[in-house]
Amino acid sequence: MKDNSLSNILNQYESKEQIDGQLYTLNLGPTHPATHGIFQNILTMDGERILHAEQTVGYIHRAFEKISERRNYSQITTLTDRMNYCSAPINNLGWHMTVEKLIGIEVPKRVDYMRVILMELARIGDHLICNGVTGMDAGAITGLTYMFIERERIYDMYEQICGARMTTNMGRIGGFERDFTPKFHELLQDFLKTFPARFKEFGTLLERNRIFMDRTIGAGAITAERALSYGFTGPNLRAAGVDYDVRVAQPYSSYEDFDFIIPVGTAGDTYDRFMVRQQEIWESLKIINQAYNNLPEGPFHADVPDFYLPEKADVYSKMEALIYHFKIVMGETEVPKGEVYHAVEGGNGELGFYLVSDGGRSPYRLHFRRPCFIYYQAYPEMITGSVISDAIVTMCSMNIIAGELDA
Amino acid sequence: MTNEFVLEAITREFPESVISSSEPYGMLTIEVKKEDLKKIVHYLRDSSLEFNFLTDICGIHYPEFPEKEIGVVYHLHNMMANFRLRLKIFMSRENIEVDSLVELYAGANWMERETFDFYGIKFKGHPDLRAILNMEDLGYHPMLKEYRLEDGTRTDKDDNMFGR
Repeated sequence: MKDNSLSNILNQYESKEQIDGQLYTLNLGPTHPATHGIFQNILTMDGERILHAEQTVGYIHRAFEKISERRNYSQITTLTDRMNYCSAPINNLGWHMTVEKLIGIEVPKRVDYMRVILMELARIGDHLICNGVTGMDAGAITGLTYMFIERERIYDMYEQICGARMTTNMGRIGGFERDFTPKFHELLQDFLKTFPARFKEFGTLLERNRIFMDRTIGAGAITAERALSYGFTGPNLRAAGVDYDVRVAQPYSSYEDFDFIIPVGTAGDTYDRFMVRQQEIWESLKIINQAYNNLPEGPFHADVPDFYLPEKADVYSKMEALIYHFKIVMGETEVPKGEVYHAVEGGNGELGFYLVSDGGRSPYRLHFRRPCFIYYQAYPEMITGSVISDAIVTMCSMNIIAGELDA
Repeated sequence: MTNEFVLEAITREFPESVISSSEPYGMLTIEVKKEDLKKIVHYLRDSSLEFNFLTDICGIHYPEFPEKEIGVVYHLHNMMANFRLRLKIFMSRENIEVDSLVELYAGANWMERETFDFYGIKFKGHPDLRAILNMEDLGYHPMLKEYRLEDGTRTDKDDNMFGR
């Protein structure tokens, strides 16, 4: 590994005069359009070339882990939504699966399939934005505007599940608050019918575009070995050639029922990351089609009165329902002691929840393994020696989400 | 690869280092002596056990156990065999230092900075141990259980009413 420290780089220059005349510091961010949120890159530049990069994060740190230690298990849902806000349902449902694992709840098959549909829709939405923005940062804004329309259609579907579009509080311990509405079925069927043609059009705009390829091939490349050492997962690791996917390695929510492949790249550069996401969108569509066509009949939540809120009509008319309602809302239901780690394949990698319970109303300790936080520490290594425009496309192709980075 | 196999391999190689082991929710969890952590992880990475991936590092605080007050939890992963392992170390507040794993896994860098930031655990040999998410001049480590989430001087909130 080469020594990338600033002092080592400065030592390569002959004299202080040369440094003074040639090098300058550039603050990229904190509030720069290309930083996708709030974080800062302090770059030492020689002309257009980046000699050294240093990152400052934490501008929107909201102490989710501390707050979790004072909230009951249902109330933590809203915190998870605000991590990767581009694919909130994955965080959200992943959290509920973790709690279910701790408590030992088996959910009906229909819940599994509903979760798969929503998580794959979220993945499509996440990848669309990431790839759209990669195109935009390379100078092609058209694709992003078209893909925003498609993302809006996905958000319309979320709205049918939970009323919210961005921070979707859609899961419940044991299942969902409500079943898919007739309007949801209509929107999903329409989406499955029309989206492929539109997405293909987006692909033709960029995938073999000479300018886009010149801008992205070789930019921000990372080897499989370094990516593993840094702890890369998700599309960023797969772009470097490692076919690791939590959905296949440790299937959850009935992912083992579906037939799909794991797209991989070879070079680990910006173009490969873009292409892996493009192909993953097709795979996600395949999964949604299979899950939707085989959606089992049955209840949309498990029979767990200790954790799943009763019907409002029952709360008003039945004493038992009122007691359960009260106990759940006040967080008085008993949770087993223990520790559990559950991972799901988030929009941009392995999203892990490490939960330690002491049997109380709140987790004793909750730690989120946030893939963005892991990726971003590799960023200096990926951009050192390249030029500013490469650094910009590299950053967005890693799908940097400030909410997940800082949590 | 099974839990028994991995536990046996570690116990055979480091008989003095393993303090206890358990399998909560199926995941092999081993508590080891903190002085030996780095060499155990080194062995786990470079031996045929091939734990080539560091998934996560986080801290934990048990104020009621002074001897084992501060803990660090490591999640390792052998991707080829698809096997996960949890390692734990514990220490007292006076001796809050453990070897850094940055030389073994590049990704340990920010994970250790975050753990230092939240719990004040010093990682010996870390190239740049500074707070990462909180301000550097914060002066304390907020995830320790001695700091309340809400302002302790407020009298308009009665936690007893909410089972806290």
